[in-house]
Amino acid sequence: MAPHSISRRDFLKTTGGLVVSFNLFEPVLSLLAQGGTPLSNAGGLSPDQLDSWLAVAPDGTVSVFTSKVDLGTGTGTALGQIVAEELDVLISKINMEIGDTTRTVDQGRTSASRTLERAGPQMRQAAAAARQELLKRASASLGAPAGQLTVADGVVSVAGDSAKNISYAALVGGKPFDTKVAASGEQWDLKVAPEVKPKDPKDYKVVGTSVPRFDLPPKFTGEFTYAHDVRVPGMLHGRVVRPPVVNSKPASVDEASVRNIPGVVKVVQQGSFVGVVAETEWAAIRAARALKVTWSAPPGRFPAGPDAMYDYLQNTRGFSERVGVDNGNVAAALTQAAKRFEATYRWPFQMHGMIGPSCAVADVQGDKATVWSGSQAPFITRNGIARLLGIREENVHFIYREGSGCFGRLEPDDAPEDAALMSRAVGRPVRVQWMREDEHGWEPKGPPQLITIRSGLDGQGNVTAWDYAERTLPWTDARLSPMLASRQTGIRPDENGFAIGGGDGIPYAFANRKTTAASIPWMTNPNPLRTANLRAPYAQARCFASESQMDDMAAAASIDPVEFRLRYLGESKRTADVLRAAANKAGWQARPSRASGGGGGGSAGGSGNIATGRGVAISGMAGTVVAQVADVEVDKSSGKVTVRKVTVAHDCGIIVNPDGLRNQIEGNVIQGASRALMEEVVFDSAGVKNVNWNSYPIIRFREVPDVDIVLINQREMPPMGGGEASSIATGAAIANAVFDAVGVRLRQVPFTPERVLRALRAGTV
Amino acid sequence: MARVSLRVNGTSRVVDTDPTTPLLYVLRNDLSLQGPKFGCGLGQCGACTVIMDGNAVRSCSLPVSSVRNRAITTLEGLGTVARPHPLQRAFIAEQAAQCGMCMNGMIMTAKVLLDKNPNPSAGQIKDALDGNLCRCASHLRVIRAIQRAARERA
Ligand code: FES
Ligand code: FES
Repeated sequence: MAPHSISRRDFLKTTGGLVVSFNLFEPVLSLLAQGGTPLSNAGGLSPDQLDSWLAVAPDGTVSVFTSKVDLGTGTGTALGQIVAEELDVLISKINMEIGDTTRTVDQGRTSASRTLERAGPQMRQAAAAARQELLKRASASLGAPAGQLTVADGVVSVAGDSAKNISYAALVGGKPFDTKVAASGEQWDLKVAPEVKPKDPKDYKVVGTSVPRFDLPPKFTGEFTYAHDVRVPGMLHGRVVRPPVVNSKPASVDEASVRNIPGVVKVVQQGSFVGVVAETEWAAIRAARALKVTWSAPPGRFPAGPDAMYDYLQNTRGFSERVGVDNGNVAAALTQAAKRFEATYRWPFQMHGMIGPSCAVADVQGDKATVWSGSQAPFITRNGIARLLGIREENVHFIYREGSGCFGRLEPDDAPEDAALMSRAVGRPVRVQWMREDEHGWEPKGPPQLITIRSGLDGQGNVTAWDYAERTLPWTDARLSPMLASRQTGIRPDENGFAIGGGDGIPYAFANRKTTAASIPWMTNPNPLRTANLRAPYAQARCFASESQMDDMAAAASIDPVEFRLRYLGESKRTADVLRAAANKAGWQARPSRASGGGGGGSAGGSGNIATGRGVAISGMAGTVVAQVADVEVDKSSGKVTVRKVTVAHDCGIIVNPDGLRNQIEGNVIQGASRALMEEVVFDSAGVKNVNWNSYPIIRFREVPDVDIVLINQREMPPMGGGEASSIATGAAIANAVFDAVGVRLRQVPFTPERVLRALRAGTV
Repeated sequence: MARVSLRVNGTSRVVDTDPTTPLLYVLRNDLSLQGPKFGCGLGQCGACTVIMDGNAVRSCSLPVSSVRNRAITTLEGLGTVARPHPLQRAFIAEQAAQCGMCMNGMIMTAKVLLDKNPNPSAGQIKDALDGNLCRCASHLRVIRAIQRAARERA
């Protein structure tokens, strides 16, 4: 028996029908129970000053200050377009100043694809207020009523007498506005200058066009400065040292073990945090590898692997059980159904998988600190560091430098705290970059989900019952939770983490419909299966389960899957429209799935060992609606699924930048295919096993599907998110296409060749 | 420590360093070149790619002592925003990135591909780039950018 393995019997102990976890948790006190202060998330410039938002330079450049960070998705350019539009300045005159806590208003963390929806109106109204103020001043200066003034390219002219004009630069260039604007609420709910009337969208000239992204050219030449490229004078290099097995703590650290490595400055230990600081990056890496640490016996273990994890989810009482919707009488409808369906769907732990691992630079001097990183939440990171160091929040200056595309991973941004601890210990700036095994091993993972759906059809193939039950883990490391270094130095998290959700992710109007969600307790001490939001959190699994179940029912009723779905979308016109648009674009031929029992299209498509199929799925997220059609090939001899093409129809309200949106959709779909086809965190009771790209593969060039996109622009609607919504339905559409191709229903992600082959042999999984 | 002579972007450079240091850290920290990126340090992702004697190599896995006097080109050696290389211009035209963290590897690998095969098929582009990972999934744009560069060079 391996030293750290335990049997499942040890792990789970059954008591009177209720299975409780055993030996999984250290006792965890909530922060409040200890009399500690919860992390505040406030700060920044006052939103009721125009100068907090905008500045005009003498050359007419307009600087736009925002704490909504651009995570490599192009939101900086899109927000710049919104400001350029309202102010009537050239887009080339816009200069985005992003994520500096001393120079921006706190607009809340950047996540959930809410930037354009929330910060868009904030920036638009600030710009509209600035324009109003500039017109007022121009009116006085030109001696003409504001109503007679027009603006073009940052120059205000009297209508019909363009010789009478004055530029914004001449009005305020290089000077503060010193103008108050109305502001109420905070962060995502902040309202700025709501009384100022913005431009009519009919008159938009910049919003709605594919302005090239501001950030891309220097990214292609090496001139862009990422967080990873920040260098400050006197800077040293740090590396963290993490325990080899979950939950163990350093019992002793042998500093002498690295003394022979030239350039080592200090071994830093505080609580269970261990790191090394050196003059050069290579010395820090060598020392982190060589450092001899005796680790304590771990007090708690993980379930023995993914299968044991699903058992744990199934058999453990939730600390939070929630009902999403409860319409009609589901129990009675199930009993009366002519045909009943029950299936369980499994979605594994998955990784964010940043290509560039976590990285930050911190410079702690006395009771002040400066920190650079790619955090999704500048103010939360700032305040976390203040709490960690025991200094005032205003004394921490956080400066955003873009990191790697992170998909939620840098909402809990760990590296700044690692760097801050080490910088304080050596009194010099320290740059910390996680090694690949640190990132794969210790990034907070997207939690696993176990979903059971019971549903029923009547004799005519109508859905009469829908009972959706989800069991999952909370986010232990998201939002305001303490980061790794904080926990390692004794700052306790709240007891359970964040339990969210309760829906099934689909918009169908069934008369008898119930959805429930249970959040199952999970470890909140520092561990490699810590959990946090991963792109379209929880939504991909919900869609996979719901849309697979829908597909099963459509097949059983021998009804075309598009037609079957449209029957329940009467209330959701936009969803029905994207579904029709995707089907049209994909050349969808109405027919029941080939795999359906009753009179489908005959034998499967394809030839020889290759079967072809197509599948459809829909999804919604915060107002954005998407439909996808996947065309796949299944190699029946190997079980390999190849996704040839995904056709997407997308409606996120008014489109600010069509090419930027297409870029997001392509990325979402391909990443969604990657997660469905091949991604799963592998672990045993001691820790995470796949700590590099060979053991945690992601999609590669040869496997990438074509993505064909239909954009539906709703000019009269506000902008909504495009950063995640189109990743949701890809896995479901692929599963349904595999069903169409070979008649097996995949109920567990990822759809690896081994799993597909097993399903082909068994007829199901 | 040892003195190591390098030829980087056409210039001779001498660094005083631990000779076991991977080339990547020397380029980034001693020579202030930030085009090559650390992604994995394991030769698995391509983020650190540089061109050495005409071949795309992974600078994270090459001790600096093994590249003495070899001709090394980094992303900075191709062009600048003010004067981009045609390949960089094609990437800009196709808006072929999201975060861009992988783009050093994409462009350097594509450079070597086009130098050897000025008119590659989509399949040949995919084969050449299959070892370069991109988490944002900009793959389709990268393919289009390389096709554009080939077209515009023709
Ligand atoms: S950093 Fe060199 S291949 Fe990944
Ligand atoms: S563009 Fe982000 S990793 Fe490739």
